[in-house]
Amino acid sequence: MLSIISPIMRIVEIPMLALQRLLGINKLAWVFLLPNLILFGLFAFLPVILNIFYATTGGDNVLLADRPYVGARNFGTLTDCSNFLDPNSCREDKFWRAVWNTVWFVTLQVGFMVGFSLLTAIILNRDIRARGFFRSVFFFPVLLSPVVVALVWKWILQREGVLNAFLDWTGVGGINWLVSADWAFGWSVFISVWAHMGFYTLILLAGLQAIPRDVYEAALMDRSSPWRTFRRITLPLLSPTMLVVLVLAMIKGVQTFDEVYAFTGGGPGTATTFIIQYIYEEGFAGAPRLFGLSAAASLLVAGVLVLLTLVQLWANRSNVDG
Amino acid sequence: MGKVLSFLTATRGKNGKLHWTDWVSYGYLTLGVFLMFGPVLWLVISSFKTEADLQRFPPTLLPYAQETVQVDGYDNPLPLFLMTGGDYEGQTLAQLRRVGSQAQMVDPANPDERLRVNIANREPVEKLHLATENYTELFERFNFLRFFWNSTFITVTATAIMLLVNSMAAFALSKYEFRGRMTVLLMVIGTLMIPQTVVLVPLFLIVTELGMFNSLWGVIIPGAATPTGVFLLRQYMITIPDEILDAARMDKASEWKIFWRIIVPLSAPAIAVLAILAIMWRWNDFLWPLIVLTQSENFTLQLALNSFQGELQTDWQSLLAMTVLTLLPISAVFMFLQKYIATGIASTGGK
Repeated sequence: MLSIISPIMRIVEIPMLALQRLLGINKLAWVFLLPNLILFGLFAFLPVILNIFYATTGGDNVLLADRPYVGARNFGTLTDCSNFLDPNSCREDKFWRAVWNTVWFVTLQVGFMVGFSLLTAIILNRDIRARGFFRSVFFFPVLLSPVVVALVWKWILQREGVLNAFLDWTGVGGINWLVSADWAFGWSVFISVWAHMGFYTLILLAGLQAIPRDVYEAALMDRSSPWRTFRRITLPLLSPTMLVVLVLAMIKGVQTFDEVYAFTGGGPGTATTFIIQYIYEEGFAGAPRLFGLSAAASLLVAGVLVLLTLVQLWANRSNVDG
Repeated sequence: MGKVLSFLTATRGKNGKLHWTDWVSYGYLTLGVFLMFGPVLWLVISSFKTEADLQRFPPTLLPYAQETVQVDGYDNPLPLFLMTGGDYEGQTLAQLRRVGSQAQMVDPANPDERLRVNIANREPVEKLHLATENYTELFERFNFLRFFWNSTFITVTATAIMLLVNSMAAFALSKYEFRGRMTVLLMVIGTLMIPQTVVLVPLFLIVTELGMFNSLWGVIIPGAATPTGVFLLRQYMITIPDEILDAARMDKASEWKIFWRIIVPLSAPAIAVLAILAIMWRWNDFLWPLIVLTQSENFTLQLALNSFQGELQTDWQSLLAMTVLTLLPISAVFMFLQKYIATGIASTGGK
């Protein structure tokens, strides 16, 4: 491997040396930055600006020059609702279904996930044998691809799957899980928690281990009860980490697409269609490719994400010293 | 065994007894092992079952297949049954054909005489059998190697480009004093707020205009620069003492040589962590490849899996085998590097 790279690096050194002589050492920094900045500019900042153009134009052409300007009409279409709480009263009912599904999903998913992650982290932080093993057990699903996660659970939940066999055996009787809207939604929350909780457990465990031992020893001296110790010491000292985890989980939760799309395809009906799937389907999956609606919806999502990210950066500010 | 025993009886209290909270903890963790590993293990076991075995309800734990026998005068091997009632109770017979509730059977030892039995009076003879043909069929029936190659190519190339580009930027941001450094840093933080999911449409235009639609490069290049990567590497490079760089400059080393020969080797731990993360992100990537790669010969494994699960509703045996092969590389990485993955993820706070 190195025998291929080394000669290349030696060749790169020739123009870099010339640039160094030309610019001086400090300006050479820009040369080192250049590839990264080009990529950021082309694939992060330029798209943000173009997104605004897309959101304000109509038609199904991807080339901006061929798209007629429509002003705020896309946003108007999305928000044309007599009652925002009832998607049926909206012109773009699928959008609002996706919005409310996402709101519910994020609430449930983040709640359960942070709860179970905290519980697991606290247990792993005890005097546990083979902590490394158990930690990696909970982390294992994080590495699996979303499609694999979806298929693993689909195989278990299918009509003649192992879960229904078990329920049959206990006498409860099988249920056609993914055909019922409520069950499909519930299982989507479940597999999403299953797949990601190891990640948050890890962060919370690191936070717990950063709490100094002597604080607990002092609490023990004062005969503080375990519950009181937990409420008065662990929770307050863990709260910065908790905030980071909470916001991070929300940022990711809003963007949920992969595993649920592979799991239920958004169905039955639109029961598990979330906002990113709406954006994807409007822009890329349907026959008239409504890039305008798709871009307008993604700008709305971007607004939410920017807010959340600012909170995250604020919560995490000790790590970004500039 | 002694180790297991001492592990299970780990003590907390002074008198060698487990506190009840310890029991609860170990109970919870055991349940966790079952819940986290169980489903994947079940998938792996199932992938070795034959088609008939997969359709069995309720399913058996281990893969079984019906035993067959070669009988004189018949071309194909015949399935074996054990008679549980009727005239031939206790005998093992081979089935010729089944008509309604009756079956024509034959005794393998006496192939000329045809016997007519009721199917209620028999049970199939089964043995443990690993249906490895599920896997070999993948290579014959599908373009599996192609998908595997696409995924591997994207993962390897994108990781290499990302490591180079991000470490160059991190080097500039950690070891140079120049005007505009703060601006660039803020820009990098800014990109944190722009996940791919919210710029899909314009990203699609840019990639199309660059001629990278339906090309593996369209997946590789847009994700090559990550703010997480720049931050992770920069935080590490800051800790490398400037004196080393000054000494190298005294020896007339060029800046590029300093970067390549000093900074990169010294940052190896951080680069390794980033490499693991990048491999994971790329291998598992789904939404963006789904948009850019629309022709099946460009599919990555994830896309192929997803499209086959739509097409092959009933063909679970191919689907399961393909899923196992998709999760195998990542699981292998996990086995060997899980310690580094854990520290890496904890230190970046994820992406």
